[in-house]
Amino acid sequence: MTDLTRKTAAELAELMTSGQASSVEVTQAHLDRIAAVDGDVHAFLHVDSEGALAQAKAVDAKRAAGEQLAPLAGVPLALKDVLTQEGVPTTAGSKILEGWKPPYDSTVVKRLKAAGIVILGKTNMDEFAMGSSTENSAYGTTHNPWDLGRIPGGSGGGSSAAIAAYEAPLAIGTDTGGSIRQPGAFTGTVGVKPTYGGTSRYGLIALASSLDTPGPCARTTLDAALLHEAIAGYDPMDSTSINQDVPPVVAAARNGDVAGLRIGVVKELGGEGYQPGVEARFHEAVELLTKLGAEVVEVSCPHFEYALPAYYLILPSEASSNLAKFDAMRYGLRVGDDGENSAERVTSLSREAGFGAEVKRRIILGTHALSSGYYDAYYGQAQKVRTLIARDFANAYEQVDVLVSPATPTTAFPIGDRINDPIAMYKNDLCTIPSNLAGNAAASFPCGLADEDGLPVGFHVMAPVLRDDLCYQVGAALESALADQWGGVLMTKAPELGVTR
Amino acid sequence: MPSITREEVAHLARLARIELSDSELDHLAPQLDQIISLVGQVSQVAADDIPPTSHALPLTNVMRADENVPCLSPEQALSGAPAAEEQRFRVPRILEED
Repeated sequence: MTDLTRKTAAELAELMTSGQASSVEVTQAHLDRIAAVDGDVHAFLHVDSEGALAQAKAVDAKRAAGEQLAPLAGVPLALKDVLTQEGVPTTAGSKILEGWKPPYDSTVVKRLKAAGIVILGKTNMDEFAMGSSTENSAYGTTHNPWDLGRIPGGSGGGSSAAIAAYEAPLAIGTDTGGSIRQPGAFTGTVGVKPTYGGTSRYGLIALASSLDTPGPCARTTLDAALLHEAIAGYDPMDSTSINQDVPPVVAAARNGDVAGLRIGVVKELGGEGYQPGVEARFHEAVELLTKLGAEVVEVSCPHFEYALPAYYLILPSEASSNLAKFDAMRYGLRVGDDGENSAERVTSLSREAGFGAEVKRRIILGTHALSSGYYDAYYGQAQKVRTLIARDFANAYEQVDVLVSPATPTTAFPIGDRINDPIAMYKNDLCTIPSNLAGNAAASFPCGLADEDGLPVGFHVMAPVLRDDLCYQVGAALESALADQWGGVLMTKAPELGVTR
Repeated sequence: MPSITREEVAHLARLARIELSDSELDHLAPQLDQIISLVGQVSQVAADDIPPTSHALPLTNVMRADENVPCLSPEQALSGAPAAEEQRFRVPRILEED
């Protein structure tokens, strides 16, 4: 492995600005790394070597011509396969979209391109972002670079694994119930769910429209903030986009001063069901923040225990509606069109062949929740629970500036361990789901390794709507204090890939 | 007593336009029953006076000026279609025999 793949995005940007490396060199180094290790990790579904090198060359030419470039110009990135990129295969991890090439760029991709960020390729994910392990991809499981026998988390396992395996310094994920933060926690990387509406959903293949939020994945807090700034902001193409300034996330990531900051530990997110090693690292991190001058108190959010059931009614309801467009008529797979079958039967046969088990499970659950006679008992009640959770957050934020918890109840589990137990799988998202229901900002930062298995633990920070900067402030403080102990970011403790095989 | 039967799952699959095999139904029905027991907890939580929240942020309708702007060409719009003919999506017959 060349040194270039070990650099952070901020360091690579500095090397390019000072003329010590070109974007083509940096991009090629990461493409070489992908070729060397992705056979083991399977983070990527499609590597666009030609396109990436062309983008890199264009950035180098602009730099040589003296053009003023954006802070991350020339830095490579891995893109979750749920965002459209013109002319590049986009599948959302589903067989039903195999081979589809979108005719347009999503807003996130447009902004990445405008910032000169080089897109290396599309990363693996649970089909239509439904899952907590990246085992539900139609194209095979992604492996956790810390232990290849374990899952990397989901649904954005490919994006987090790509940065953990040094295949890319930056990645984009999407978070509907924790799909950026949970894989971030499991791979020892930083994952941020921006405020809902703070990043555009235009061109994002929707799972649950009222919850989906694109966001940054990186190995450091500063890198995540730089990427956050590059993609965030108002988008007239998205009716749910917030027309306000992007919070000062980069300044917060550079600052990291938590003296006087009021931090609330959520009472309901801990205790029974939480792995002892996860709780131990979490409490140490809280102590560390106290030593750095933060005021820490326990806060109760009594309705959080109902977030999981409410989420698993709201999400399938929205998903069953959003996925109705996969009808075999305008794009995607078509099965049974032999002149004998009607359009309706062709749709049913295509959806049977094109959707995986988890997608079918959720579509049918959503259809049930929205059906006559059950609507009020299920969907209507779930929407009321959403109100109660939002009120819990509002009450908590009257007492404290941010809320914290472990990002996940356990560390990464073995591949296949929970695939036949949907409820055990869903419980992975206990800590992350409330923020999606309320739309506020949240992030996971590495806070150490669990004693039992030596795997990464994520520290979860939640902040009010459009106070994403507070998440970065806490993350930066933690990262800086822990880096002194570890001699660098947590990823430096990861085993070297490709050495023993 | 299951809260959802195998027959109900088969009916829901038909409504959702998903053809399911017998073995899929055998597998899926008990799982859905378990999931519905879990999610059914919400029915006991909120009182009648709690307003529902469908969206985390207040939504306002967004209008754009009625101006011609570049859009996808017919070829681009049809580029992902399983079948196209004369600049249109070609679909299987709509009506059943009987």
